[in-house]
Parts: sequence; structure tokens; C-alpha cells
Amino acid sequence: MITDMPSPYQVDAHGYYGPFGGAYVPEMLYPNVEELRDNYLRITQEPEFQREFQQLLTDYVGRPTPLFLAKRLSAHYNTTIYLKREDLCHTGAHKINNTIGQILVAQRLGKKRIVAETGAGQHGVATATVCALMGLECIVYMGEIDIERQKPNVDRMRMLGAQVVPARSGSKTLKDATNEAMRHWISNPTDTHYIIGSVVGPHPYPDMVARFQAVISAETISQLLHQTGRATPDFMLACVGGGSNAAGAFYHYLDEPGVRLIAAEAAGQGVSSGHSAATTALGKPGILHGASTILMQTEDGQVTEPYSISAGLDYPGIGPQHAQLFATGRAEFLSITDRQALDASFQLSRLEGIIPALETGHALACLPLIGAKPDDVVVVCLSGRGDKDLATYTKHLEEYA
Amino acid sequence: MNRLTELFQRKTADVLNVYFTAGFPQLNDTVSILKALQDAGADLVEIGMPYSDPVADGETIQRSNQQALENGMTVATLFAQLRDIRQQGITVPILLMGYLNPVVQFGVEKFCQQCQETGVDGVILPDLPLDVYERQYRPLFAQYGLKVVFLVTPQTSAARVRQLDALADGFIYLVAAAGTTGAQTDMNADVDAYLSRTKALELQNPTLVGFGISDAASFAAASRHTTGAIIGSAFIRLLQQAPAEGRSAAITEFVHSIRS
Ligand SMILES: Cc1ncc(COP(=O)(O)O)c(C=O)c1O
Repeated sequence: MITDMPSPYQVDAHGYYGPFGGAYVPEMLYPNVEELRDNYLRITQEPEFQREFQQLLTDYVGRPTPLFLAKRLSAHYNTTIYLKREDLCHTGAHKINNTIGQILVAQRLGKKRIVAETGAGQHGVATATVCALMGLECIVYMGEIDIERQKPNVDRMRMLGAQVVPARSGSKTLKDATNEAMRHWISNPTDTHYIIGSVVGPHPYPDMVARFQAVISAETISQLLHQTGRATPDFMLACVGGGSNAAGAFYHYLDEPGVRLIAAEAAGQGVSSGHSAATTALGKPGILHGASTILMQTEDGQVTEPYSISAGLDYPGIGPQHAQLFATGRAEFLSITDRQALDASFQLSRLEGIIPALETGHALACLPLIGAKPDDVVVVCLSGRGDKDLATYTKHLEEYA
Repeated sequence: MNRLTELFQRKTADVLNVYFTAGFPQLNDTVSILKALQDAGADLVEIGMPYSDPVADGETIQRSNQQALENGMTVATLFAQLRDIRQQGITVPILLMGYLNPVVQFGVEKFCQQCQETGVDGVILPDLPLDVYERQYRPLFAQYGLKVVFLVTPQTSAARVRQLDALADGFIYLVAAAGTTGAQTDMNADVDAYLSRTKALELQNPTLVGFGISDAASFAAASRHTTGAIIGSAFIRLLQQAPAEGRSAAITEFVHSIRS
């Protein structure tokens, strides 16, 4: 599944996507990042790595995930909609595609301990899971506010033997958990690997994570071909927090101009409400978590505290590849409010019997906005399931009675 | 001559560099703290430009950054505060330390220009990659007479130390042990070995040790193989505790206690 494609949208030899990317890290992180940069391609291209990675994706994660023709949803929107069922991955989201890959890299680098950040807790659970599987110590930083709103995932991480450390600095959400995880890595430079949870951070993380998530579009190609006789859809929809499920869903379609790539950002209470996480709508170029990208910030370059109903999208930046897809117009970015996402999540639940994650609700909410025609084929990356969001959904049950 | 260059020509041992965050504890404390440090005998002062996401900093400096931002500190405000200091008898060399994003948003050339106008002698931008500096910014910094400081850690390879030393022209900032600022570094045999190993490289730049230096003993231990040391978090803690009226006296006492 991991292939090399020369593409204007892929990382260049210096770690950049056009003006975005790079490795803007303090010297304390330089040796760690350099070690990873110099080894990730070699390691991940070894046949033995590929064999173990594929086997775990099959036997442990449960891949390939189905590509499901959503008939009632299709009828509702008068088009043809397929759902790429990442919600059926072990642990309930696409996040584990990346953590399986990275734990195998960490082992080959001789690391003894794993540190990670998490927002919704999905990446934390996926990391705690692979650490249990491989017998490595696991420390997960999670914003204090997210610990409150994603309680079931905190308990799952603890059950899996991980140590969950509250991030109490700044906005106490994903951005601050990421800062804390980086600080932990700075303090433990030789024996620890940082499993970053999205296509963010210094090079080579965005590229490495995208390659692990590329399995999503690789499978979609063969499944779509099998089911429809064509390998490419007219639209590929995915939500973007940092952007890992979108990066994977877009990966093999980046150089297929016939495929419209649609990225759903969290508008929170509305793009101009002051409570939003719509990065491309509100942000401008700058540097965040080791990469040059687009981020929400003040005039003075201070990172803004984002807001979204969905903890996994509550992040003030996007991965550098997405910044480039936005800047070049290759992908279209839509801002989806909390309300639109809730509507879409309830709609999918009622029409197809699938309760999606709130993050995924944002991708689904794009369906009425893209102008898909009856004979168009639309694929939605169903990035995760909604169990973790049940408390939030329950609060709104009355409204959808 | 650049005050930093002049300092290191004059003084080659026991150089004391003190860090504090601009706009902390109160927005307009920057210049009075600077003056008190000069009067107390600090050789060099590093003024931190506060940032929302200071990943290389521990809790103490994180909090001072957050407080300064809440007080309304910005890069533009800092330059306004520093406007006339060189006319008002501040002669101590000054470095600005900060993360890259606020500088980029301010405009790198405008930043350099303002540094020159206010009499800032050098910069420390920990997340400015060496290759980006070399490719994009080096001529600009030189044009405005700004000296550049790079960090080195115990994990930095000798080859990389040489690269950093070749491009630095202020000093080399030796991070005492793996960690963020404010970590309790005990000046043990490992640290001593790292410092003497670095000394043996015979770098072209002076070396100052930072991270976890807090008192006379750690200052002396750090200075044994180097040009001097940097105190940050311990000084921020003093600023947190000292009442405003007694602050200058407390600063004098603090600096003297380090030198004793
Ligand atoms: C189900 C689900 N989808 C999407 C995301 C957002 O992450 P990314 O943008 O990296 O795919 C998360 C993050 O926690 C998630 O749990």
C-alpha cells in the first residue's frame, strides 16, 4: 500500500509541500526528528516491515474495511454515496492504521517507551492498544477539558494500561496536549518514540502518517472498481482536524484531477462566532508544532484557542500537506458548524443504522453542499464510530425525536 | 561594536546571563527589571518575547509567558518599551529570545530593523531551523548587526555542534541536560563530562550553559568548562515572589548570591 508517487502535492526531498512543512523544532528535538527522518523510508519499505504491517492490518485491525453503498442516504441526496467504513477498524476509528505503523517503526528504532497526545481520545486509545500489543510503556497527554468530555476513552486507555496525563496549560485541549507530549519527548530523547496522531508536526511525521493512512484510498480504489467498474469517485469527502483520515482518503487520488477532494473543517458555532476551529477560513500561514502551515492566530502570531463540539477537530492548525492542497485549490475546504454535524450524525444513524463519530458528522454534513448529480459517485470517509460521543448525542436526543 | 562581541572580548569567564519574560509580572516592568539587572552586575540580559505555545519551556516560564500575554505584551509593545533605553544609560548587551511564529508575523526584516534601532544585540530563536536561517535569514540578520545564538544539547553530535558553531556569531547555548527550561539539573559527572567534551571541540564561539542553573553552586559548576551560564526559571520565580517596591533590592541580592 505504501508507494512512491512523484506529485506536486507530496513531500519534496527537503520535507516541504510547496511553502509548507519543514521541521521547525528546537535543537533538543533535532536528534530525534533526524533519526526518524533518516530511517522512516528505509524501515517502512523493508519487506519484513511490510509483511508485519499488512498482517496486523488484516488480522488485528480487521482490514480491509468495507466500502458500503448507502442506499437510503443516496436516495435522500439523489446521488450515489459509498461509505468507507473506518469506523469498523479495531478501536473504532482510522487512527489505528497510523499507530500500528508507528509502533513497528518505534520497535525497529529500539525505543522502549511511547508518548502520544490525544484530543477525542481515539488516537490515545489506538496508541494504548498497540503499546499493550507490543508490550511498550505508554504515556498519553490529554487536555483537561477533553478528559472531561471524552470520559469513556480515558477509561479505555487506563484499562489498556496507559498512563493518561492531563495537559493543564493553555486551552487545555489538543494543542496543549501536543505541546506536553513534545516536552515529554524533549525530556526523554533517547528511549522514547512520539507517536503523533495526525499528519501534523515536523517532517517526516506528516508524510509518514499519510503513508500509513494511505491504505484508506488504496482499498477504496480496488473496492470501487469491483463495485462500480471505475476506480475513481467524483467526490471524496473527509473531515479535517489535523487531517490524517483525509490525507489517507485523498492520498492515491491527489493526482487524479477528476476526483474532487472535499475537506470538512469544524466551524464550531459559526466561522465568525469567535468559537470556531475552521482553520483555512480563519487562519493564515505560520508555524505550529514544528511545521510551517496554516493556523489560527492573532495579529501578533499567538496561537488562537479553537472551539468545536468535536474534540478531534478542536485544533488550530492543519497538516502542511492540507495547507498546500488548500493553497493550490486542489482540495475544497468547507466549514461545518456543530449543528450541521449533529444533523448529519443523526441523519446517518436514522437512515443507515450507523452512528458516526462527531468528527465524521462534519464530513457527512458536506453531502448537501457539494452539488453531486444523480450519476456521480461520492465516497465519504467514515473516519470513526460514535460510541465515544454518546454523552453529547444524548444531550440532543430530544431535538431529533 | 556589537555589545555582545565587546563583552566576550573583555570577559572570557564567569559571564552571567539572566533571562526574564517581557511584560512580566506587569506589562510595563520590562525596562525597570532590565535596569535593575544591569545595576546588579548581570553581564548580559536575555529578554523573552512571550508565546502561547513555548514547547521548549517548563512550567515556570510557560506561566510567565501566559501572564505576559494576558498583560497585553506583543512584539510591537516590547520594541516600544525598549525605544530609548540606550539613551537612558542601559549599556548591558541585550538578546531577544522567542519562538519563530510571532517574529514571522511581525515581519522578519522589520524585526531586525527594530532590533537595530532599539539597540538589541542578538537573538535566540530556538525553533528556527539552521538550514532555514542559512538559506533565508542570515544576510538579513548580519545587515542589521544582529548576532545569532544556537542551542546545543548533550545529544547533539560533534559534527552538528561544528555546523552550529560555524553559523553562530553570538555564543553557543549549551543546554545542560535533556529537558525543558526549569528542570532541576543536578550538575553531576555526566553534565561535567558533556561540558568538558564540548570544551575540547575548541569552538570559535563562547559557550554559556543554561537550563537548571539556579544558584552559586550550579553557576560555578556550569562555568568551570565554559564562558559562563544562563539563569532563567530561578529568576522568574524571584520576580513572582518579590513585592514590587522591594524588587530592585531583591534583584541585586539575587545576582550577588549567584556570584558569591
Ligand atoms: C473519528 C475521528 N475522525 C477524525 C478525527 C480527526 O483527526 P484527523 O483529522 O487526523 O483525521 C478524529 C480525531 O480524534 C477522530 O477520532
